[in-house]
Amino acid sequence: MNIIIAGAGKVGKVLVRQLTAEGHDLTIIDRDNQVLESLVVKHDAIGVQGNCASKAVLEQAGVQNADLVIAATNADEVNLLCCLTAHGINPNIHTIARIRDPEYTEQIMTMRQTFPLSLTVNPEKLAAMEIERLLKFPGFLRRESFAKGRSQIVELRIDGKSKLKNVALTDMSNVVKCRVLVCAVLRGGQAVAPSGNFVLQEGDRIFVTAPTSTLAVLLKNLDITTRRVRRVLLCGGGRVSFYLAGLLEKDRISVQLLEKDRSRCLALAEALPETAVVQGDCSNQSILDDQGIDQCDAVISLTGLDETNMIVSLYAANRGVGQTITKLSREESIRIANTMNLGSIISPKELCSNVIVRYVRAMQNQTGAAVSVHAIADGQAEAVEFKVEAGTPNCDVPLKELKLKQDVLIAGIVHGMQSEVPNGDSRFVPGDRVVVVTGRRGMLQQLGDIFA
Amino acid sequence: MNIKMMGRFIAQIIAIEAAFMLPALAISLGCGEWPGVKAFGITVGIMVLLSAGMFLLCRRAGRLFGAKEGFVCVALSWIVMSLLGALPLVLCGQVPHYIDALFEIVSGFTTTGASVISDVEGLFRGMLYWRSFTHWVGGMGVLVFLLAVLPTGNGAGFTMHLLRAESPGPDVGKLVPKMRQTALILYVIYIVLTIINVIFLLAGGMHWLHALCTAFGTAGTGGFGTFNTSLADVSPYLQNATTVFMFLFGINFSCFYLLLMGKLRSVLKDEELRLYIGMFVACVIGIVLSVRPLYGTLAETIRHAAFQVSSVMTTTGFSTTDFDLWPSFAKGILLMLMVVGACAGSTGGGLKCIRVLLLFKVLGRNIRQILTPRKVLVVRSNGKVVDEKVLANTNAYFAAYMIILVLSTLVLSLDGFSVETNLSAALATFNNIGPGIGAVGPTCNFAAFSDLSKVTMCLTMLAGRLEIFPLLVLFSRSTWTRK
Repeated sequence: MNIIIAGAGKVGKVLVRQLTAEGHDLTIIDRDNQVLESLVVKHDAIGVQGNCASKAVLEQAGVQNADLVIAATNADEVNLLCCLTAHGINPNIHTIARIRDPEYTEQIMTMRQTFPLSLTVNPEKLAAMEIERLLKFPGFLRRESFAKGRSQIVELRIDGKSKLKNVALTDMSNVVKCRVLVCAVLRGGQAVAPSGNFVLQEGDRIFVTAPTSTLAVLLKNLDITTRRVRRVLLCGGGRVSFYLAGLLEKDRISVQLLEKDRSRCLALAEALPETAVVQGDCSNQSILDDQGIDQCDAVISLTGLDETNMIVSLYAANRGVGQTITKLSREESIRIANTMNLGSIISPKELCSNVIVRYVRAMQNQTGAAVSVHAIADGQAEAVEFKVEAGTPNCDVPLKELKLKQDVLIAGIVHGMQSEVPNGDSRFVPGDRVVVVTGRRGMLQQLGDIFA
Repeated sequence: MNIKMMGRFIAQIIAIEAAFMLPALAISLGCGEWPGVKAFGITVGIMVLLSAGMFLLCRRAGRLFGAKEGFVCVALSWIVMSLLGALPLVLCGQVPHYIDALFEIVSGFTTTGASVISDVEGLFRGMLYWRSFTHWVGGMGVLVFLLAVLPTGNGAGFTMHLLRAESPGPDVGKLVPKMRQTALILYVIYIVLTIINVIFLLAGGMHWLHALCTAFGTAGTGGFGTFNTSLADVSPYLQNATTVFMFLFGINFSCFYLLLMGKLRSVLKDEELRLYIGMFVACVIGIVLSVRPLYGTLAETIRHAAFQVSSVMTTTGFSTTDFDLWPSFAKGILLMLMVVGACAGSTGGGLKCIRVLLLFKVLGRNIRQILTPRKVLVVRSNGKVVDEKVLANTNAYFAAYMIILVLSTLVLSLDGFSVETNLSAALATFNNIGPGIGAVGPTCNFAAFSDLSKVTMCLTMLAGRLEIFPLLVLFSRSTWTRK
């Protein structure tokens, strides 16, 4: 597809990487020539320098023949105008705009109806919603839902006390006393597709597929406490903090928010009546102690600096905080963070680009296409959900008789309301939903692609 | 200082006052009270000449008109209005001493209702009408009236300063974009409510002049009675009707406007209104429990308690019973209500419920701030954050309020009455209520005070009505020095 990406910021760059890897033809518009140059050299795309909301620049970028324009500059208004202009030139174009100003969130649905916007994304709000989900299910580092929430892939860390330490995967169901499937393991920053005799070690992060109904059993048998989170400390008062505090206020969780800047503090205190806004630098550990960090059920580090976030989370874990969530923006930081015991890691731009990539895939292939795509194991693998249709090959054939491509695993089958962890005798029929995990990103466009 | 512009405003105010005096002149004529006709005639003549002269002198006025001019203009026009308004009482011979007449009329315009006349029923009808009518004019403010009728503010934005200086409340704003429209809406609500009040009183069989005067006293939350016993000897129906209307006139007028706009929900959620209603109910219950043995039936007790609470809380000052004879707990409640007063943006006086609310919230905030020094705490009212400037002004207002209260009590002490009398007289005049307790209780009057005390009380009444700052600005040296 011909895709125009307007604005090569954080989200823009991730999108360029992911979409070129999937073989799309990309045109990047940005004001900064140097940024463009470095992107064009690194990825197979072309760049146009200029204002993405200008008609001339858009025409130069080939908007007449483009299928999709993604506006991700740092100004919401420019993004909106860019999409409007593009749609004016080419009425068949799909448009995605990043709209992230909290003042616009309430009108986002009317904006989608009034303006020709196919999709709007808000990285900070997505991150906040993701963190809220994590807080509601403490014990998992991450959690991805499939088939309208009926099947899940959760991430667990094997620490020194874990019951799963030194257990081979074939024996795992005896330990957890329920049927689950380990679909990927991250060991030393490297994703592994495990076989039955794979033995889990301390420090591994495992990705487990299970029907939603068995998650509670899994947690209970692993002795992971699921104490409800009551008190949360947010470090840093950026947009993610703002959205998150709003969501947590609604969940009746007590929120403390630490922010350095006085005027930002006042603005937050104005907008968040239930949140205790405290002025202070969260990189200062005595301030964290003053705020009773050891009394918190969860500490979430959301400052603009990855290093500060990592330190705060480490300190919190050190003080015995049950759950820590760290926001990281740079890819280098994420790689380093994986070698430490940092708890859950959130990357707003990754979440945002996942949503966009999902949309692009759905657009590209109307029948048999992936319903949703989730990046797991630090982006080294992905879980793709498909709907089985009448024309899908190998329907109603037991899985043991199928020849699948290398690096492909059928991780779950959902028949109507029933979710199943598949074995050799399982089979799928039209109408089912199938979750497939693969180590190669962007390889699977439709369910037929999994067969060798 | 734009003296010519202020002169023009004051000339207009005098002209309006002259016009307001014409109905009183007509009543005097109709009743054949010739001293009254003479007194009103001479006063109107003086006012017309004065107004015309000032207008001629201040023909060419500059356009510069700031907050300072607004404050001074409001303070000066209220003083001039009172000085001239007192003339008929002296000229007709019924209140021969000018200071007494001035006290009576200042008490009228500031909607206090404190009187020096012991035999009210012996007054000329024209005088009775004029005295009560000053309540009605003073309640909403004569400058607001000026803004409503004259297109003086054409193009210029200075009229806001006048509204700010004359309207009660810590944060005065417009209801609609145009000042003239805002003033008009306020007066229309005021007039309509007054007319409804008159109809209710007439339905209870009251004489038309008494009904009119009582309604004026109720609407302006003034409290000049037309009987020597205030409202003690009228029927229970009339007392209850007055209770309800006093309560209504103590509510912020923008609430009525919101009601007319159909925004019932935001009116019901208004914190000040909730406090006002809550305090009313709580105080009525407290007083009923305290004074139950003094009255026959429970219904009678409730009627008297509700009437007195409504009267004191809205700073009206009518009475149906001598509450000076009540137990001290009930009197204590009334003294507390004197300080709190009615809602901002109403015709009532006192500190205003919203200020009390804000003071408590600031106090709570500061206590919490001591415990958690790093926490960023804001004060909210109706869910919205209150600006720190408004909070600082409220604190300053409270400080000025206390200072004036203490000093005026000190001056009144010179006359040798009891402490209870002095304090309640200071409270009753400064908060624009009228009767206090002790020697200034509902059955007594202020005639016994010395001239010095009366002039002091005139000033505190004006300070209370104009919310202190305009009067302080008038007497501040930096207002009159050129920089």
